[in-house]
Amino acid sequence: MDVVLLSRIQFALTIMFHYLFPPLTIGLGIFLVYLEGRYLKTRDPQYEAATKFWVRIFALNFAIGVASGIVMEFQFGTNWAVYSRYVGDVFGAALAAEGIFAFFLESGFLALLVFGWDKVSPKVHFFSTVMVALGSIFSAVWIIVAISWQQTPAGFAIRDVESPAGVVQRAELTDFWSVVFNPSAMDRLVHVLLGAFVLGAFFIMSVSAYYLIKNRHLEFARKSFVPALVVGILASIAVAVSGDSQGKIVAQYQPAKLAAIEGVYKTTDTGTPMLLFGIPDSEAKTMRYKVEIPGLLSFLVHGDSDKPVNGLDKFEPDVPPVAIPFFSFHIMVGLGIYFIVLTLYGLWCLKKGTLFRKKWLLWVFVFSVIGPFAANQLGWIAAEVGRQPWIVYNLLKTGDAVSKGLAASSVVGSIVMFGVIYLMLFAVWIYLLNEKIQKGPESVSTSE
Amino acid sequence: MDLNLLWFILLGVLLAGYAILDGFDLGVGILHLTARNDHERRLMINSIGPLWDGNEVWLVTFGGAMFAAFPNAYATVFSGFYIAFMALLFALIFRAVSIEFRSKRESQTWRRFWDYSFFGASLLATFLFGVAAGNALIGIPVNAEGVFTGSFFDLLRPYPILIGLLTVAFAVMHGAIYLFMKTEGEIQQVVHRWMWRGFGFTLICYMLATIFILAGRPEVAQNFRDHSWSWVIIILLVFAFANIPRAIFMERPFYAFLSSSFTILMLVFLFSFTLYPNLVVSSTSAAYSLTITNASSSPKTLGIMAIIALIGMPFVLAYTVAIYWAFRGKTKITEHSY
Repeated sequence: MDVVLLSRIQFALTIMFHYLFPPLTIGLGIFLVYLEGRYLKTRDPQYEAATKFWVRIFALNFAIGVASGIVMEFQFGTNWAVYSRYVGDVFGAALAAEGIFAFFLESGFLALLVFGWDKVSPKVHFFSTVMVALGSIFSAVWIIVAISWQQTPAGFAIRDVESPAGVVQRAELTDFWSVVFNPSAMDRLVHVLLGAFVLGAFFIMSVSAYYLIKNRHLEFARKSFVPALVVGILASIAVAVSGDSQGKIVAQYQPAKLAAIEGVYKTTDTGTPMLLFGIPDSEAKTMRYKVEIPGLLSFLVHGDSDKPVNGLDKFEPDVPPVAIPFFSFHIMVGLGIYFIVLTLYGLWCLKKGTLFRKKWLLWVFVFSVIGPFAANQLGWIAAEVGRQPWIVYNLLKTGDAVSKGLAASSVVGSIVMFGVIYLMLFAVWIYLLNEKIQKGPESVSTSE
Repeated sequence: MDLNLLWFILLGVLLAGYAILDGFDLGVGILHLTARNDHERRLMINSIGPLWDGNEVWLVTFGGAMFAAFPNAYATVFSGFYIAFMALLFALIFRAVSIEFRSKRESQTWRRFWDYSFFGASLLATFLFGVAAGNALIGIPVNAEGVFTGSFFDLLRPYPILIGLLTVAFAVMHGAIYLFMKTEGEIQQVVHRWMWRGFGFTLICYMLATIFILAGRPEVAQNFRDHSWSWVIIILLVFAFANIPRAIFMERPFYAFLSSSFTILMLVFLFSFTLYPNLVVSSTSAAYSLTITNASSSPKTLGIMAIIALIGMPFVLAYTVAIYWAFRGKTKITEHSY
């Protein structure tokens, strides 16, 4: 196999593993702030016990997130050296800003969050919790600025630079704020953060629902479940709205990607239908077994159900594959609808007072945490595969970006290494998570 | 001052920050196998427990800053040292999870496994940093396109291995001094011996490395002949280094730790000054070396990055000091400990 494909496999493997953790960190972070804030205000020991319990879970995720995150930063250089030389002037700046503004903040204050309970006053501890939560959000801001720049580059110029091998071209930064606010950055940031909030909410509901079923830590479980449900509803609805807004940006700046995720092979003469289901046939360049709503895609993109949306045929030969973006995107959307329906139904039952007695529904909540994990991954798969064959949209192709002089055997070796380590880490993570959940929060006597 | 030089210096600062801070926790990682029971081992691990993660961020930020300021050098080093970096990642991942997972179960076998993995990972990471520094000093085969043309085994030459050993010895000493500060009673006697051993080995390795360069590769030290003031670095280094045994002897561990930290700062200074103006020395042809001019980002980016560093780093330093202050004093095992 060639080095490009191997490096892509390695990047996909390592980023997907890594991305199990940051959204959970972000999502749990805001809950820690909420719970500890409530504790400071009410001095209710239940809130203290709840905060301490979630901090332990948070710390476990954070550790693996950091360890797998270093891999990502190194990989730009190890496997994508040509890319690094080409975009370092722009992309590197955002990455370095992430280090200076976010990583130090997160990991510094994490020390106080986890180990500082009896080292600092409750107010300083709460401040640390806020800083860790903010740090994880800052981190998202900078890395998403960088990633979005690859999708919709802005604020740069292609310039010739001298090198020992002669004159080479690279992207140079011309306007910092145009890079930061590149066309897709802020919409993507909102979408990613909301996706993280959905995950955090579902994670907390999952653990709480488990305790409610097992009749353990009831007071704690209710105190955690209800605010998580509220955040779950709001974030699920908001993430759908932000997804629609993102779709319009994709339609404007990356029409080939839109065509791929919507499965539009051929440009139609009249309004383009919206596919609800279909199986892409890449040989015949057509969708089979289609279930569609006529004119809807045209309406969503142009606000006019008769105006056709450009299909992939307009962008040949530089078009992304269809199957992966199409399925990832559609499953993600399906999951998004499921989150809204489930949380609204949960709220309805809560109002009626039957939620905590409906065992089947609680079991549904226990397992539904897999949904946001999957949706967060699928969203990125649709976005990144949909960008192909470009690594930086319309500037640099993925196939040209890989390190020169890198042996395929070295990459095979590192894929095997990451595969084995990550498999082991994943198993240990699940095991320890389960152990912590089984142990539960410290019980607080309510006999006063 | 021109921005390229400023960023060269800032990278040096980040590197020194990393070497001083992660230096002691890597050293503790290597030393913790010398603990005689689980309680002692937990004391050692918990002395660095809240801090190692923040220390490692210095490396991450060093990487990010190098990517941003000198993308050509970043690309060459990271792709050229592919296997070495993968081994380093392997070590860093294991270090992170060993410390996190070890305490989560009482089982002896479980703890033994993570103990050895923590030791091995700390040792490997420290050694690799030294090997990387040694290779940087004597140069690596790099062609005109900035592509490393050697193999992994070209990196394992005698001089880089010697610098690798030097780094391990120094980390052991630095970590032992740190542990001496953070512990009390019998365990202090154990680490006390390791302070001396670490010091002795560091001294031997350092002298061998100096002889190697002066006798075998005098051109590496050219900057010292060109700039007569540079001998100040050597004198400061010698004084700081000689002050370590003095402070240990006087039983003033914090003073010893400061001396040891200052010695690291001077070593990084020495390293950077030797390299200057190169970031990657090409052993193929001096014309192919990557320098702070031909490997850098545009002046605009360097300027913006300087502003970011100027805004961010004072905060970083302020809360790093505050957090270290919060964890001052002897390490105690509590319910929140590892």
